[in-house]
Amino acid sequence: MSYVLSVSPDFSPDHLSGWFIFNTWLQRRLEEKFHLELYDDFESQRGDIQSDKIDLIYANPYDAAMLVRDKGFKALARPSGLSDEAIIVVPESSPYQSIEELKPGVRVACTQDPDVNMMGMIMIEPADLDRSTIEQQSAGSYVLVAKALLNGQADVGFFLKDAFDDLSGLIRNQMRVLVESQIDVVHHTLMAGPKLQALAPKLLDELVAMNQDDKGRSVLESMSIKGWDAMASEDTEFMIDLIDTLID
Amino acid sequence: MQIEYFDGTSRDALVVDREVPYPDGKLIVSRTDTKGYITHANQAFVDMSGYKLDELIGANHCILRHPDMPAAAFKDLWDTIQAGKKWHGYVKNLRKDGAYYWVKATVIPNIRNGQLMGYTSVRRKPSRTKVDASAKLYAEMLAGEASA
Repeated sequence: MSYVLSVSPDFSPDHLSGWFIFNTWLQRRLEEKFHLELYDDFESQRGDIQSDKIDLIYANPYDAAMLVRDKGFKALARPSGLSDEAIIVVPESSPYQSIEELKPGVRVACTQDPDVNMMGMIMIEPADLDRSTIEQQSAGSYVLVAKALLNGQADVGFFLKDAFDDLSGLIRNQMRVLVESQIDVVHHTLMAGPKLQALAPKLLDELVAMNQDDKGRSVLESMSIKGWDAMASEDTEFMIDLIDTLID
Repeated sequence: MQIEYFDGTSRDALVVDREVPYPDGKLIVSRTDTKGYITHANQAFVDMSGYKLDELIGANHCILRHPDMPAAAFKDLWDTIQAGKKWHGYVKNLRKDGAYYWVKATVIPNIRNGQLMGYTSVRRKPSRTKVDASAKLYAEMLAGEASA
């Protein structure tokens, strides 16, 4: 039997090779065939989730509710100490010094990353702004969000904090952070679909022990993950409840 | 100052006219059991409420109730979440030191295997326009409750 592993399209391009290495590690440890399927956008990945084509997924927190409640996935583990945080950025020369100064009609550059966009929208609420009062410009990547800001095509940009930190210093130094989320409890999760449930206990044991040997540690390093923490079903339910409170 | 609760109980609390601004980018997260007793509180909740974590756990969420909040607002909250729905509202909360902070609050019921297990509440920074409008509305509601 062959299984399909996929990764939320918001992963950093720097970690692309890391996921291929993880896929190889997975096949050796479980002695099962896995194929890594990557997507350029959330919509095409969600289409394949709906068609039950994905068995194991490193899922965005925003998709976790749909995976658990509609598709029977179970959360296995989360990356140790990693949470998803969003930041709102302006060009260095921007007149805006605080969120409250933003006005209706402000041009916002963002990707299609759903949890970052959700956190970004929450952080502009104190300026009485919502989707109907901003001009949203969707870009294909965080590099293009930065480009829109630096070219003067957008006034503010929503970034995943890790993606902003991954930009070159030359680009980062031309921008200024207006606000940074400190939510802590929203994070990506490795989730197993119904076809993989029989293998899930063995996979979880392997994941949790992954940072105990040199080979596992080097795979983790290539993905910029320190290790995996097992997730109880209540941890997943808590995160889903929390995301539910944030979606209007 | 004596604060009266809807269940007939009351407590003495310090109330001072000083607002503590809600910090940018943070969410206050708490969970309660079905009766409103706090079972989980995050660090932002500890920081903004002025209570220690062990003082919050096991306390009823109504220890945050500010006397400027009308009872009808909390009745609406309880009626909504007990019907299994999500509640949104602007709330003036009382800190342990008597100061206050405004939040945009959302509360949802936690359903597990079809059973109500408790509630999750998440609070975020509100806009000043919404705070001002809410303060005016609550003052009118409170005056109405006092004269009823």
